[in-house]
Amino acid sequence: MRASILKQSKFLIASVQGSMTDADLVQLREDLGAGVRRHRSTGVIVDVAMLDVMDSFAVRTLRGIAQMVKLLGAECIVVGIQPDVAFSMVQLGLTLEGTTTALDLEDGLSTLRERIGAEGNPL
Amino acid sequence: MTDAGDLVIPIKADVDVVTARQRARVLVSGLRFSTSEQTLIATAISEVARNIVTFAGSGEIVLRIVQRGPRQGLLVIARDQGPGIADIARAMEDGYSTSRSLGLGLPGSKRLMDEFELASELGKGTEVTMTKWER
Repeated sequence: MRASILKQSKFLIASVQGSMTDADLVQLREDLGAGVRRHRSTGVIVDVAMLDVMDSFAVRTLRGIAQMVKLLGAECIVVGIQPDVAFSMVQLGLTLEGTTTALDLEDGLSTLRERIGAEGNPL
Repeated sequence: MTDAGDLVIPIKADVDVVTARQRARVLVSGLRFSTSEQTLIATAISEVARNIVTFAGSGEIVLRIVQRGPRQGLLVIARDQGPGIADIARAMEDGYSTSRSLGLGLPGSKRLMDEFELASELGKGTEVTMTKWER
């Protein structure tokens, strides 16, 4: 199932579904790249709260998304990693090093606002 | 090698990777696994199922409930008739990868499960057998 992407002022919020396939994740990367460009977004949130498993491919793709968004000049925050999923990632040896994470969407949005400003415009 | 109670999931494309881990979750929900352990199992299955798609193109995942004394467990067999693994010892090293992955799939899966065995023959295929036991 594909991720849905919502636009909120200068931010893009992507919600990843539980049954995302590899192809869906790669599609999300392309959609977010195109979306940041089209909307001149300054911040991106990827919400993975619905994701029941984060294996090596999912982590690698998320890391790629975060780095790509940064290179486009926007901030990227991954939110909603479930505690069970986080523990499993640690056991697997996976990290999201260099990627900002937040507990949930609310925290992610407030972090973005702190960094970029309330209207989503760079300070 | 195949029991009557086996759940066999054909793996041909990335969508089957999702199916395999979802079927496993349903299957182990009747066992005494914590949600955290269920996630470890689902993640390990995701890794070995993806290996099948990436390296062999197709294969199958077999799920079987096993019993040892008072404890039950989930046995997972991932097998394919793909190219096989040339150097099994290296394939089990963290960070070693022949594709563009992080090279954590096999050693990572081993850490997630209680028992893990890898058998492979060049040109014939690969079989991963792994088990997670109730605490």
